[in-house]
Amino acid sequence: MSSEYLVEVSHLKQYFPIRSGFKTIPLKAVDDVSFKIKPGETLGLVGESGCGKTTVGRTLLRLYKPTSGTIKFDGEEVTEKNIHALRKEMQMVFQDPYSSLNPRMTVEDIIGEPLDVHKLYKTKQERHEKVMELMETVGLNAEHATRYAHEFSGGQRQRIGIARALAVDPRFIVCDEPVSALDVSIQAQVVNMFEDLQKQRGMAYLFIAHDLLVVQHISDRIAVMYLGHMMETAEANELMDNPIHPYTQSLLSAVPIPDPETARHSKRIILEGDVPSPLRMPTGCPFRTRCKYATEQCAQAMPELTDRGDGHMVACWNK
Amino acid sequence: MADYKYILDVQDLHTTFTTDNGEVRAVNGVNFRLKPGKTLGIVGESGSGKSVTAYSIMQILADNGRISGGKVLYKGEDITKWNKKKMAGFRGKCCSIIFQDPMTSLNPVFTIGYQLEEAVLLHTDRNKQQARERAVEMLTLVGVNEPEKRVKQYPHELSGGMRQRVMIAMALACEPDILIADEPTTALDVTIQAQILELMQDLQKKLGMAIIMVTHDLGVIASMCDEIIVMYGGRVCERGNADDIFYRPAHEYTKGLLRSIPTTANNGERLVPIGGTPINLLNMPKGCAFCPRCDEAMKICLTEIPEEIQVDEHHRAACWMNVKKMYEEGNV
Repeated sequence: MSSEYLVEVSHLKQYFPIRSGFKTIPLKAVDDVSFKIKPGETLGLVGESGCGKTTVGRTLLRLYKPTSGTIKFDGEEVTEKNIHALRKEMQMVFQDPYSSLNPRMTVEDIIGEPLDVHKLYKTKQERHEKVMELMETVGLNAEHATRYAHEFSGGQRQRIGIARALAVDPRFIVCDEPVSALDVSIQAQVVNMFEDLQKQRGMAYLFIAHDLLVVQHISDRIAVMYLGHMMETAEANELMDNPIHPYTQSLLSAVPIPDPETARHSKRIILEGDVPSPLRMPTGCPFRTRCKYATEQCAQAMPELTDRGDGHMVACWNK
Repeated sequence: MADYKYILDVQDLHTTFTTDNGEVRAVNGVNFRLKPGKTLGIVGESGSGKSVTAYSIMQILADNGRISGGKVLYKGEDITKWNKKKMAGFRGKCCSIIFQDPMTSLNPVFTIGYQLEEAVLLHTDRNKQQARERAVEMLTLVGVNEPEKRVKQYPHELSGGMRQRVMIAMALACEPDILIADEPTTALDVTIQAQILELMQDLQKKLGMAIIMVTHDLGVIASMCDEIIVMYGGRVCERGNADDIFYRPAHEYTKGLLRSIPTTANNGERLVPIGGTPINLLNMPKGCAFCPRCDEAMKICLTEIPEEIQVDEHHRAACWMNVKKMYEEGNV
C-alpha cells in the first residue's frame, strides 16, 4: 500500500503523567497535532523550548508511546508491532553530538550498529566496507574508524550521528536540532550536507530547530508550534514573508537579523511575559495570555487550522 | 585621578592557561578601547578567546589561568596591578558581568532578595532596610512583576528569562560604569531574547553604563553595537562599526563567517561554509591563526602574523590580503 504522503500524522496527542502530591496531572506536551510530509520533502518544525517540537519528533519514531492519534508511514499505521521494522525506514539525528554517541564504542561500531540490528550484511568484510562508504559519504576520514567519539570535534561528531542514521538507507529522518550545538562556520557545512544527501537519496526530513533562518534555508514548508499546538503552517518563504498568526509574527520579528540596515528599521513585536506552564495551560487558545488580539472567543475554544489560500494554514480566531 | 578618555583601555592583553598538555594561549595580544556609555561587541566562535578576554578584565580566570602580559586600564589605572582586595571593590561597583546561563549563576539556596542585597551591602553604605528597598527598586527597573513577592522567592521558582533579568538587576545594583554581558541570551528563546536585549538597551539609556557584549550570534550584535571586534584564535582580526563589518568586511574570516550564515538575502542559494575545523589552541599555526582554513591563504600567511591595518577611518583588519591589495593598487 502506498499513498501520496510518506508520513501522515493525525490528531497526535502525547501526555506525560506528572505526579503532584497525591494527584497525577497530565502534562500535555503535544495536543492534537496533525501534519503530512511528502517523499523527499523537508518540513521545518519551529517553536520555543517546551512547545513540544522534540516530543513530536520522538513520538514519530515511537520513542514515546502516543496517548492518542495515529501516525502513518507510507500508508501503514505505525504500531508497537511494526516499529522495529519501520526504523529501517525512519531514523533520527539528535541535537547533542556529545551525549548521543556511546563513548565506549569505536566510530566503526557506532555506525555499524544499525547494520547489526537490521542484519544488513552477510560477512564482516561487507560490514566494514559499508561503514567505510558511509564515513566517506558524510565527509569523515575512513582512517578514523577505530577512534572513539571523544577524539572528534562537535561538527565531526554530528557527522558520525548522521552516518549512523544513513546506515539503514532510510526514507525519512527526524533531525532534532542537528546544528544548534555547532559553531556558525561548522553549521553551514552540516546544513549543506543535509541538502546534498537529500538530493542524492530523496529522503524526507522533519527538521526541528529554533533557529528560524536555518529552518527557512533548508525547509520546503514550515510548521510553527506553541505549547503543544500547531499554530501555522505554510510554504517556507510564504511563512517568513507573510506570517498571519500573531505568535508567528512576533516570533519572526524577534529573530535577530545579521544585517545592520534591516535591524535598524525593523520593528520588534515584544511579547509580554513568559510561556505559561504546560501544567497550567490556559483554556482555549494557549497563546491568548500573550496575544494583543485576544478576545472572549479565544478563551473558550482552540481555533482549528484553516486554509487561508495555497495551503497556508492558520489557527487563529481573529486573524 | 588621572584624566581619561576611555573608561576601559585594554592594551596587548595576553592570557595563558597551564594545562597537562602544555600552555594554552587563549588570548594573544588583544587591544580595544571603550568610551563611557558606548557598546562594544566581541564576536567569535568557541575557542576564539572572547569569553576569556572578558574574564581577564574581571580577573575571574580559573586557577590555572593568568594574565601573562599587557595592561587593562580602568579610568587610566592599570587594574592588573591591583591586589585582591582592590579587585573585589572593582567587581560589581565599577564593572559587572552577566553570564550565559542564568540557571547556574544564581545561588539556589538563597532568595533572590538576599542575593541582590548582598552586592548592595558590600559596595555601598546602605543598611539592610535600604538594601532591601534597593533590591525591590532594581527588580522593578528590569521589569520583574510583583517585585515585593519575588525578593522572597528562590531562583528555581523563576523562569529562564526572569532569572536573566534578576542577574541584570544584580549586576546593575551598584551602578557600575561597565557591564560585561557574556552571551547573555544564548540560553534563552528568541522572544525572551528580544525582551532582554531591549531591556539592556533601555537601561543603557537610563543609567548610561558602557556595555561589552560578548556573543557568537552575528544577529545580536548587528543592531546594538557602536563598535564590533571579530576575534579568532585569541587575536582580533577585524574591528569597525556594524556597517563596516557587515557590508565591507576586510578580513577573510569575517567574509567567510558572513557567507556561511543563512539570511533572507541568500535564501535559496547554497551556503558557503568555512572549510576545516575550529582552531586547536594547543597547536597554533606560526602565521595567521586563520590561514589553515582560508581559501585565499598566501605564503606569507603561513609564516608571519599580520598586523592590524587601517582600511577605513575607524575600520581596521589584520589580514595580509589587504596588504596585497594595497600593493596592487600601488598605495605602498
